[in-house]
Amino acid sequence: MTERTLTASRAHSDRRAFALVGLAAVVWVIAWSQLQPLADLLSYRVLSLDPESHLGSSVNFFLYDVPKILLLLSGMIFLITLLRTFVTTEQTRRWLGGRREGVGNVLASLLGVITPFCSCSAVPLFIGFVESGIPLGVTFSFLITAPMVNEVALVMLFGMFGWQIAGLYLISGLTLAIVAGIVIGRLNMERYVEDFVYQVRVGSGQVLENRLTWTERFEQALESTREIVGKVWPYVIVGIAIGAGIHGFVPEDAMVDIMGKTAWWSVPAAVVLGVPMYSNAAGVIPIVSALMDKGATLGTVLAFMMSVVALSLPEMVILRRVLKLRLIGAYIVILTVGIVATGYLFNLVM
Amino acid sequence: MLTVKILGSGCPNCKRLKAEAKAALDAITPDLEYRLVEVTDYADIMAYGVMSTPALVINERLLSAGRIPRREQIAEWALKLNAD
Repeated sequence: MTERTLTASRAHSDRRAFALVGLAAVVWVIAWSQLQPLADLLSYRVLSLDPESHLGSSVNFFLYDVPKILLLLSGMIFLITLLRTFVTTEQTRRWLGGRREGVGNVLASLLGVITPFCSCSAVPLFIGFVESGIPLGVTFSFLITAPMVNEVALVMLFGMFGWQIAGLYLISGLTLAIVAGIVIGRLNMERYVEDFVYQVRVGSGQVLENRLTWTERFEQALESTREIVGKVWPYVIVGIAIGAGIHGFVPEDAMVDIMGKTAWWSVPAAVVLGVPMYSNAAGVIPIVSALMDKGATLGTVLAFMMSVVALSLPEMVILRRVLKLRLIGAYIVILTVGIVATGYLFNLVM
Repeated sequence: MLTVKILGSGCPNCKRLKAEAKAALDAITPDLEYRLVEVTDYADIMAYGVMSTPALVINERLLSAGRIPRREQIAEWALKLNAD
């Protein structure tokens, strides 16, 4: 590659990129409309299964749901990543600078949802926020929503339960983050941040080449979609297979005793169960949906999900580099209490 | 000679950025002399004002953070900074 060929190719890129993306969108819509017909065709005609039988309805459910979730995931992750290319961590830091408790927590929680976040960035991000004078509690509000209210969880909830449930997860995640952030802020635990964090001199990072071209944005969206769907699809298949099995074979109300409203210990149990399970949202949700079908209540199930995603050991290990044990302990306790409370609340209200 | 730094704590994305950078630099003609350095210490990373890794720094200029730029883009930057 020489300098001349590089600048020339840039000019053609954007228009071509838009054309390709447009084409992909059309293909996506067509595939989406053919999901049920195709599933019916495969299960009832090609495989000659009886629609009334357990096996028939399970297989049909599986053949419909797997491509549906995969399509939904690819489409929405592409769009969300695309939107996120317009938001950077550095910008978020600027928006949050100088905000106090309350407003700061709300803003941080919201920003946590839309700012792209990878757990390897947790440490530099934390240091950067603290260094710019963003209060500890506000920083934590951000750190709670960032991994928990992530696009995969929301998309899957939306795809399997509808927008109301997805919305509820979003709102309870935000509320949890805001309240937990305020509580942590009030505890005045600044001294439990590792000392080196306060000694780090954060450079200005001004010289950042910014203006991404559309082609670059599309490429990042594509790359992100490939990466996430590539990581997640086995879980989706297994999760839906299990869900399909339960859907077709487990008798109604089998789960009520264990996860239903009457068992008061079901929420804490669900949370405890979720802790050692570090999974991504994809694997858990299909199972969770089938369980709900069979009588587990919304609160218990939400608590389980949040516990799996938010109380994650790998992330705690990463945060240990910047937080002393007592602060991590407080963080875990507050989150757990919050999740359990959310679980009970939804069980009562729903 | 170009000093190319990859800022990151060693997660998969950081490794990918390193691979992409290497591929981009090696593909340049005429041959470009460069030195590839991995910066993993947080204090050093933050000195560049970076909060999202992986990040790319060439000859002390911060070029991207939190993403993996295209090879052509990396090559473009390398050529421009080499000429400086």
